Amino acid sequence: MNETALSEKQLRQLEREEADSKTILGFWVYLMTDCLLFASLFATFAVLHNNTFGGPGAAELFSLSFVLAETLLLLTSSFTVGLAILLARQGRQRAVIFWLCLTFVLGAAFLGLELSEFHKLAQEGNSWRRSGFLSAFFTLVGTHGLHITAGLIWMAVMIKRVSVRGLGSVSLKRLTMLSLFWHFLDIVWIFIFTIVYLFGAVL
Amino acid sequence: MPIFASLLGKLNFHALPHDTVTKGGAAMVVLSGIAVIGLLTYTKRWKWLWREWLTTVDPKKIGVMYIIVALVMLLRGLADAVLMRAQQATSVGAHHGVISDNTFQQVFSAHGTIMIFFVGMGLLFGLINLIVPLQIGARDVAFPTLNATSFWLFASGMALINLSLVIGEFSAAGWLAYPPLSELAYSPGVGVDYWIWALQIAGIGSLIAGINFLVTIIRMRAPGMSLMRMPMFVWSVLGTMALVIFAFPILTATLTMLALDRTLGMHFFTATSGGNPMMYVNLIWAWGHPEVYILVLPAFGVYSEVVATFSRKRLFGYRSMVWAIWAIVFLSFTVWLHHFFTMGAGADVNAFFGIMTMLIAVPTGVKIFNWLFTMYRGRINFASPMIWFLGFVFLFTMGGAAGVLMAVPPADFQVHNSLFLVAHFHTMIISGVVFGYLAGITYWFPKFFGFKLNERLGKLAAKCWIVGFILAFGPLYILGLMGATRRLDHYDASLGWQQLFIVAAVGVAIICVGVGFQILQLVVSIWQRKKTVDTTGDPWNGRTLEWSTRSPVPVYNFAIIPKVVGRDAFWAAKHSPKTQLKPSDYKDIRLPKNNPLGIIIGGLAFGMGFGIIWHIWWLSAVCLLGIIYAIIDRSTNDDTEYTIKADNIAKLEARPLIQEQLA
Repeated sequence: MNETALSEKQLRQLEREEADSKTILGFWVYLMTDCLLFASLFATFAVLHNNTFGGPGAAELFSLSFVLAETLLLLTSSFTVGLAILLARQGRQRAVIFWLCLTFVLGAAFLGLELSEFHKLAQEGNSWRRSGFLSAFFTLVGTHGLHITAGLIWMAVMIKRVSVRGLGSVSLKRLTMLSLFWHFLDIVWIFIFTIVYLFGAVL
Repeated sequence: MPIFASLLGKLNFHALPHDTVTKGGAAMVVLSGIAVIGLLTYTKRWKWLWREWLTTVDPKKIGVMYIIVALVMLLRGLADAVLMRAQQATSVGAHHGVISDNTFQQVFSAHGTIMIFFVGMGLLFGLINLIVPLQIGARDVAFPTLNATSFWLFASGMALINLSLVIGEFSAAGWLAYPPLSELAYSPGVGVDYWIWALQIAGIGSLIAGINFLVTIIRMRAPGMSLMRMPMFVWSVLGTMALVIFAFPILTATLTMLALDRTLGMHFFTATSGGNPMMYVNLIWAWGHPEVYILVLPAFGVYSEVVATFSRKRLFGYRSMVWAIWAIVFLSFTVWLHHFFTMGAGADVNAFFGIMTMLIAVPTGVKIFNWLFTMYRGRINFASPMIWFLGFVFLFTMGGAAGVLMAVPPADFQVHNSLFLVAHFHTMIISGVVFGYLAGITYWFPKFFGFKLNERLGKLAAKCWIVGFILAFGPLYILGLMGATRRLDHYDASLGWQQLFIVAAVGVAIICVGVGFQILQLVVSIWQRKKTVDTTGDPWNGRTLEWSTRSPVPVYNFAIIPKVVGRDAFWAAKHSPKTQLKPSDYKDIRLPKNNPLGIIIGGLAFGMGFGIIWHIWWLSAVCLLGIIYAIIDRSTNDDTEYTIKADNIAKLEARPLIQEQLA
């Protein structure tokens, strides 16, 4: 291909796409490192999950219906953020803002439930100081919660950006990464749901 | 007073140093800080420093800053080593040496931590920043501002570890701070917290840099540079970055858990309440063993470049070199348990990790033989990088043999935690890592400063290091077999160890002479720079793309991005017919603007770490909010690049250039 044949505008476009592919690849790699961070915490939880030091174990502490509510909230929010991305590609600014706001509300509700669970456990004397098992539980689930918090802050920033600047290429790229991040947190939650809560109730 | 106390957390006047050695160290830190500030104010260089260096996103300048920090920290680590040798040479029988046992513990903990995290990692990322974009024919890295942030996180970790000399104390729990010793119950001071947060902050910087350079190498190679045409240094960096990406999240998680134990009263690794200290040892080595390959692989890459250039031959066994790198990358995750065969994991587990450990010697051996075959029938120029290489090949092979010996679990039981082990890993790290990066600095210095370093002094320095090393660590192998354990601050006279410890101290003194020669080399080289100025851009008759551009390298690296047609791209271009460039061949170049995000985040991370260490919670919260605000603020700025016009580039490139042959 002869580069001079391209117009200035096309060149900019080409550069932009190339840069985007770098950013998206970089973000995927970041998600992998985050995955390893969670893997370390899961491994730790697996080692410590029986170290209750005479305190209560998973079966006594957790209510599956409560966790199911949390899970449904988060899964729904993954769906709504997906809708937002689809609409963003069609350039429908107001619809994007609506679905992002809804995602934000669902995410915040999830976080609220999680914090209320933490609060209840601490009130009953089963805080992270109680045993190795509870330290591992609070850290694993809390790290996911921190990620959700970061995601919510990011989402708020994106809602503002989209409403002020519209859906340019930079906004689209960042929305794509935000949704990747959100889906990733969803997948991590599925593992938490299975390994911490379901196994905890059954085993 | 209560308000004052809550504002300052655990911090009070008792935190200032008490004993002589620490006072001396603190004075050094404070005085050198004052000297630097004074010099900058006197020469009115503050604005220049801020504009040209502190806010830069140019990987060349970031690389230079990494290396400066690492070399200063090398001097600090060396001072610790001198103290340890002096202590062990004199603290025998009725004599109790030069420092107290508590100080001695802080000194060996600081020595290991500094040498690995702030010397090894600093030299590593410094050289990567300098060389990788040039060798792949790129103008920049994938994420320039993130790259600056990585550096400033590294620098703020470094600042924390040095601050521990002045305010408070440093960890006395060894360079990896094994619990339960490193738990609050047994280390109630702030030392371990300094250790945790210095490493955590610097480690996150390394992780980000790992992502950055992986993407850079995968996405930004010049047209025609397929993977199998990449220079061997770039291959080794790619392997290293893969290791960083896989290993450093484990470190982040592990340090976080230790911090939670100490700060929030959790029970991950405590001896009671259901904690499991051995899990820490497993986790930290699941990061720690890959870490030693993170340190050494780029050094292998440097040796590959050096040997090929100074033997005037193409590298022998390119493909096998690449496979060896990836075999090492993979195997390095399967050997961590050999650091604690004595844990009692059972014969089968120990046998597995023993065999894997022996296996990893095979790809390393492949590399050694490839370097030797590259030299075979080459026209070898014994320049100073080559002297470092020869010292490395000899010492590294010996040290490696000692390593294979220790891979046998029953043999390891005999020498576990002994000076034999200390001698082994110093052989690997000093000859592998330190010699490699020093060779690399000598080799690439003219590319970035436009003149060569003094060869005579360089060779003298290398020879002093090699001889000093043999004298310093040879005795430790023997002492280890005689039963001397590591981290020994005093021993009985009847053991008869003192002569050997004195020989080791003499060895360190010779290494210090070598370092003296290096400082002299730098001074003399700058003084006489007109004599060794590099007008060609290619002072060593190099083979790879970095030698095709001018020295010192212009800000845009390449006026025209080279097209690559084979391995050793520049060597091929030098030996093919020249084509003349017209001014119209130049195009506008877009480069990222300098910005202060990196230094802001680094500074705030420092404040956050300091706040957590001393339980000054408001400070940590303010700094964390500051970091979030800085990132959000940056994200609203879409105008991050500037353009250098084509006719400006034509003017800048007016001098005839060898690079034209590549276009």
